[in-house]
Amino acid sequence: MTKEEILKAERDETWREELRKGKKAKERTDLQRVKMHEQDPEIRSHNNKEVNLGLTLEEAMTEAQRCLDCPNPGCITGCPVEINIPKFVKNIERGEILEAAKALKETSALPAVCGRVCPQEKQCESQCIYTKKLGKESVAIGYLERFAADYERESGKMSVPAVAPANGLKIAVIGSGPAGLSFAGDMAKMGYDVTVFEALHQIGGVLKYGIPEFRLPNHIVDVEIENLKSMGVKFFTNCIVGKTISYDDLKEEDFKGIFVGSGAGLPRFMDIPGENLIGVMSSNEYLTRVNLMDAANPASDTPVLIGKNVAIIGGGNTAMDSVRTARRLGAERAMIVYRRSEEEMPARIEEVKHAKEEGVEFMTLHNPIEYIGDEKGHVRQMRLQKMALGEPDASGRRSPVEIPGAIETIDVDEVIVSIGVSPNPLVPENIQGLNISRKGTIIVNEDSMSSSIPGVYAGGDIVRGGATVILAMGDGRKAAASMDEYLHQ
Amino acid sequence: MNKIIRKEYFSENVVALEVEAPLIARSRKPGNFIILRVGELGERIPLTIASADKEKGTITLVIQKIGHSSCKLCELNEGDYITDLVGPLGKPTHIEKVGTVICAGGGVGVAPMLPIAEAYKKAGNRVITVLAARTKDLVILEDKMREFSDEVVVMTDDGSYGKKGLIINGVEEIINREKVDLVVTIGPAIMMKFVSLLTKKYNVPTVASLNTIMVDGTGMCGACRITVGGKTRFVCVDGPEFDAHEVNFDEMLMRLGAYKEEEQVEKNKPTH
Ligand SMILES: Cc1cc2nc3c(=O)[nH]c(=O)nc-3n(C[C@H](O)[C@H](O)[C@H](O)COP(=O)(O)OP(=O)(O)OC[C@H]3O[C@@H](n4cnc5c(N)ncnc54)[C@H](O)[C@@H]3O)c2cc1C
Ligand SMILES: Cc1cc2nc3c(=O)[nH]c(=O)nc-3n(C[C@H](O)[C@H](O)[C@H](O)COP(=O)(O)OP(=O)(O)OC[C@H]3O[C@@H](n4cnc5c(N)ncnc54)[C@H](O)[C@@H]3O)c2cc1C
Ligand code: SF4
Ligand code: SF4
Ligand code: FES
Repeated sequence: MTKEEILKAERDETWREELRKGKKAKERTDLQRVKMHEQDPEIRSHNNKEVNLGLTLEEAMTEAQRCLDCPNPGCITGCPVEINIPKFVKNIERGEILEAAKALKETSALPAVCGRVCPQEKQCESQCIYTKKLGKESVAIGYLERFAADYERESGKMSVPAVAPANGLKIAVIGSGPAGLSFAGDMAKMGYDVTVFEALHQIGGVLKYGIPEFRLPNHIVDVEIENLKSMGVKFFTNCIVGKTISYDDLKEEDFKGIFVGSGAGLPRFMDIPGENLIGVMSSNEYLTRVNLMDAANPASDTPVLIGKNVAIIGGGNTAMDSVRTARRLGAERAMIVYRRSEEEMPARIEEVKHAKEEGVEFMTLHNPIEYIGDEKGHVRQMRLQKMALGEPDASGRRSPVEIPGAIETIDVDEVIVSIGVSPNPLVPENIQGLNISRKGTIIVNEDSMSSSIPGVYAGGDIVRGGATVILAMGDGRKAAASMDEYLHQ
Repeated sequence: MNKIIRKEYFSENVVALEVEAPLIARSRKPGNFIILRVGELGERIPLTIASADKEKGTITLVIQKIGHSSCKLCELNEGDYITDLVGPLGKPTHIEKVGTVICAGGGVGVAPMLPIAEAYKKAGNRVITVLAARTKDLVILEDKMREFSDEVVVMTDDGSYGKKGLIINGVEEIINREKVDLVVTIGPAIMMKFVSLLTKKYNVPTVASLNTIMVDGTGMCGACRITVGGKTRFVCVDGPEFDAHEVNFDEMLMRLGAYKEEEQVEKNKPTH
């Protein structure tokens, strides 16, 4: 059966038909989109607990009624891993939440994570019929996904996916971010003997060292990792492939397939005067100190600078995470400095909204040109060039142009540079014969995720140069399917 | 988790630890370092691999007590475990036969100098080591250095041992005495700065091994960045060794002070 035929067959199941008939479309579309419960902004900007509190069972079931169970669901096409959205949503409507969770897991390895961090408004929810045709707010797919995954986890009835009998073939995974984890999960299901090598002392990649606790609590990621362990996946931390062990070592150890999910971990700087002053740092350094090293905890040995006037340069998710972290660490003034306008900001809309509620200032159409320090080398001020929007650039966003002479100086005692990352060169540099693009990403066949070396696959940010959790996971899944095919030839 | 199998005091404030790390022992090269962490709330600190034994699968670290984390590490005993240890990191020292090499090390710089002196010696160079310390008790690793040096000159600020004077006095004397092809210097930033100024005057190529603040050690955070030849470089992946005459030591000195106040607090914290 083709994908479409399967979707149709499932949609034609009696219970789905009955649910559809049970309520008129008009009654469904008249319902208002559910609101997420959130911690009060004043309180949450002083704690590190999760901001979103989730939906109640009743709210979730009501929201699920809004979904029209469309015959040609646009939402699915908007999801990079093509989650069968109406199937999981309709299961919520009829109260079969564990079934809903199962439907999610058919295609997504980490639904509790994606329900929290996917840019839904640009993906699944942007293609929902409510947004496309009805001019209304989309079905809250992300909230429902999170609800089903959380419900399953808290029920204590988490299903460990069935694992095929061991086939004795050894597979190595480089990097334990979402790409590596989803790849490892799929290969373990198919009976492979999977070992994940991770450079840091913690497993999870950006999910652990980057995205803060108040947005994605670590224990949620840990549950997924435990799940993988119970499926037989082995984790080897503090091991850098290309340094601690080489690609040749992996070959000698008889690893039959290798998946590279080493991410885009290298911070970019702007190369402007004063950027090496004390108090100016990358968001990677700032977030790593706070998230991975727990530096804000007085019992932790790792220090972190606590600023009063903190400027974050950039407008992506990393910038929002940094600015909201700065607020939580006690910044009186926490500012986003972004050279385009708010419309062009790549961050998730919810993060921008949350940041504003928490008292973050937005200085859009401003670009730093110099940092000024005191006699001890601490940053004290920054000079900002004001910008205006010009013609659209290659990315389709209107590019910022300088307004001659419009320069402003403001006081800052900490600056977090969050203007993007580059691919981690460790693996590309250390595997001979790997095809690398000019940007340093690994070149793969998009259908199979295979690299220029037979048996070596890659996915996630090391291929895309900075994308999303769900795209990284989708790559991992795709690579697993094609590696399995390759190894069985 | 890496087991400590041998602990030796070189002096009251300098400890050598031999640690199980078979993979690193096999892949490390002179000049490489590791990053380790003691305890679940420990900080990640960089330390040079002083020597390695492939057969035994161990590496040796020589640690000078400076602040909270180095003291915490030095309190561990044989049989204890180091929570996390990763490496080898950094680019290995570029070793070749150049002729006469001065290895100028002071303070924390002596431990990381040991494997470098060894490698230059084994490559057929004439190695002259200049060790500097404030006073006699702080001179470390003299015997070990002798094994790999044709000559060892010890300088103390107060003249309590060896010759009285600063490291640069020792280095200058040698440069005036014979043809020197390369100077390698490791130690406090201020010391490296003055060695570099001196050798620039005499036009002797000089390499400095920089000990900046680090977090991950894999190029991910930028905490270790410095300016070399007007360009920002990351010490953990581009270094730790650079052409000393190109390094902006003033900036490095400034950046080393980044967490001074926080570290004072840490230092007064109990280590167990
Ligand atoms: C602060 C921040 C916030 C973000 N917010 C969002 C969001 O809200 N929504 C969203 O969808 N996306 C978000 N992203 C982007 C998303 O996190 C990434 O696209 C995604 O994590 C990429 O996954 P990955 O598996 O490719 O790599 P990573 O998550 O980067 O993991 C790579 C792992 O490989 C390890 N590694 C690297 N080299 C080696 C080696 N040689 N040997 C062994 N291990 C190695 C690294 O230590 C790391 O753990 C955010 C990113 C950041 C930094
Ligand atoms: C590549 C590399 C290799 C190294 N190899 C060795 C080694 O083999 N043996 C060894 O003993 N040390 C070595 N170091 C230095 C070692 O990492 C630091 O001494 C250690 O991190 C100090 O931690 P702490 O918590 O004990 O002291 P902190 O509390 O962090 O520091 C105490 C005081 O010392 C100053 N300080 C901190 N780090 C340094 C530094 N690197 N240089 C000069 N002053 C500093 C601080 O400004 C502070 O005032 C190396 C450093 C690097 C970057
Ligand atoms: S994984 Fe992301 S894009 Fe796909 S349905 Fe879930 S929230 Fe939407
Ligand atoms: S497009 Fe919207 S309404 Fe239609 S099935 Fe998908 S979520 Fe439901
Ligand atoms: S220590 Fe983080 S980049 Fe060098």
